[in-house]
Amino acid sequence: MNIFIVSILTLLFVGAVSAIILFLASKRFKVFENPLIHQVEAALPAVNCGGCGYPGCHGFSVACVHAESLHNLVCTVGGKATMEKVAVILGKTASPVIPTLAVVRCGGSCEKRPHNNQYNGVSSCAIAHNLYGGETGCTFGCLGLGDCEVACKFDALHVNPITKLPEIDEEKCTSCNACVKTCPKLIIELRNKGIESHRIFVNCINKDKGEAIQESCSVACIGCEKCMNECAFDAISMANNLAFIDSYKCSLCRKCVSVCPTNAIVEINFPLKTNKVVDNVVSV
Amino acid sequence: MGGIHPKTYKLSAGKQIQAAPIPTQAIIPLGHYLGGPSLPIVKAGDVVKVGQMIGQASGFVSANVHSSVSGTVNKIDSHIDASGYKVPSVFIDVQGDEWLESIDRSSEIKRECTLTSAEIIKKISESGIVGLGGATFPTHVKLSPPPGKKAEILIINAVECEPYLTCDHQLMIEKTEEILIGITILMKALQVDKTIVGIENNKKDAIDLMKKHAKAFAGIEIIPLQVQYPQGGEKQLIDAVIGRQIPSGALPIEVGAVVQNVGTTFAIYEAVQKNKPLFERVITITGKSVKNHSNYRARLGTPLADIVEHAGGIPEDTGKIVAGGPMMGRALTTLEVAVAKGTSGVLFIQTPEAARKKMQNCIRCTKCVVVCPMGLEPYLLMNQSERSMNTEMEKDRIMDCIECGCCSFCCPSNRPLLDHIRYGKSTVGKIIRNRQAKK
Repeated sequence: MNIFIVSILTLLFVGAVSAIILFLASKRFKVFENPLIHQVEAALPAVNCGGCGYPGCHGFSVACVHAESLHNLVCTVGGKATMEKVAVILGKTASPVIPTLAVVRCGGSCEKRPHNNQYNGVSSCAIAHNLYGGETGCTFGCLGLGDCEVACKFDALHVNPITKLPEIDEEKCTSCNACVKTCPKLIIELRNKGIESHRIFVNCINKDKGEAIQESCSVACIGCEKCMNECAFDAISMANNLAFIDSYKCSLCRKCVSVCPTNAIVEINFPLKTNKVVDNVVSV
Repeated sequence: MGGIHPKTYKLSAGKQIQAAPIPTQAIIPLGHYLGGPSLPIVKAGDVVKVGQMIGQASGFVSANVHSSVSGTVNKIDSHIDASGYKVPSVFIDVQGDEWLESIDRSSEIKRECTLTSAEIIKKISESGIVGLGGATFPTHVKLSPPPGKKAEILIINAVECEPYLTCDHQLMIEKTEEILIGITILMKALQVDKTIVGIENNKKDAIDLMKKHAKAFAGIEIIPLQVQYPQGGEKQLIDAVIGRQIPSGALPIEVGAVVQNVGTTFAIYEAVQKNKPLFERVITITGKSVKNHSNYRARLGTPLADIVEHAGGIPEDTGKIVAGGPMMGRALTTLEVAVAKGTSGVLFIQTPEAARKKMQNCIRCTKCVVVCPMGLEPYLLMNQSERSMNTEMEKDRIMDCIECGCCSFCCPSNRPLLDHIRYGKSTVGKIIRNRQAKK
């Protein structure tokens, strides 16, 4: 009987001493954290993608609380709705969010950019890029080994097995920048989502001269400058034999699309032009 | 430490060096594997002669480039090279074969060298000489030790440990005396009085010939070496010849040694004694199915296709074409690639041999650790590279990797160790360079 009492008392004593130590330690080493941080974090999507440029959602909420204004602080995943919630919690004004999307700037499918050699090494774009220029004559284009697919946490990016080019699911893409950072060829770009998701961009990043690239790819930008001369809004610039459309200046008039001799400029989500022509014909 | 013993397949051994056909258009690359690219000093329409300078070194660690043909410059454009990427190159339409008058074209051997050390180094620098073993590091940089360091010994790399390649071997047999004179010039430039020439034991004829002629020269010793890959690596050779190990991250000059390739030594002889800049080199065309294995003296800028055509064309069962040897060479995507200073050969690998075998799991046999000549742990580095553990890779000395491929060669699970390590090395290298730039 005695042994029970002794052991219970001993355990109680140890428990009490530990409780006192823990109580004192929690007082002594208490870290004060602004309760707002917790509130802001609760409003964030909690995917920890790092798209905002901070280490996870907690890092972003700390930055939001400490910042004087929410200027340049944007949660790309949550977008406008989330940032407004954050603004209400912090009593600051949210900076305007321009929705962006990842865009793959290479149109060189297997058909349009024929292979001239075969890579049978490690299936990773980064390693293949480190070794050589790629399986086609274009050393700038997509390697199609899918590093971006692995990097995407939102299941928004898949390499099409027929074209061997990554395709982006607009609904799922949160423009977190992960694929952009992964691509060794720097093909993927975050672009202005555009009005009603209408987008026009140069679907090529090769910097070779037109003559040289035309042999290896039929949809490459050949640097002919026709689009730049056609554009009335000064949205198209040329550098290293390559046209670039500034999505913030572009008014989506689609004139450049029709003048491009190689169809390197693509329009996305526009109503089909052929329908219009048919309508006109019918109305006439 | 480490090393492997692949079959040597020196099929083209003993084949006399023949002159490769002069191309109709030479495409001379201005970029170098190491160091800054050269800046073109000619423009389209200019008439050039053989040996005329067409590219100027863009810094200390860079080299001049000379025309290998005579004719008119067609254009300066980018052209694919052995790296699989495009580099700026000078395209010259060939007309005749007119050499600069200053070049001594006689076959007479010129023994006396009256130049001083500084004059020799200047001459080498002007002649655009780079290491012809494959790394193409500018030779004049190697000959100018950093302040406070002094070279004690010159080591000539005549190992040629890569299977298949025989260009250095054949050069030693045909140009024995010229090479030895080249060595004395190098000794004078470095102000050292001792040279060791390391030759692997599978080149008995070259060893005998070199030994016979070396008696006439003071301070040159020929050492036969065990056959082992990668003994031709700078650090491995120093260890094999004088038993000194170079600390991690340091250069051979740290232990007082300077290593030069035997092909480079011949180029130095020609530059200093014959006033001939580096515009041609010996390359080996080989492979199990190649009809005429041979050694060619090719002008820089000759498309490899021209030389291969001369050697009997591409064998039908070719699965892979490699520029250089099978261990460290680079697979080519096209034979339009032109001969560059670092091209030591073209190797045709048969289809079944070229295919990669199926990768399996690591069984922790540590074979890769045993064979690594730098004492690294390749299996660990591969895992770290796959997981982007850059700090750990740097700590585990990934930058010491010489990319010899022994680990991938001996792996029983066919793991692509070198591919991953090379990628990790390039990533860590970038991080280190960025860090240094910030300082």
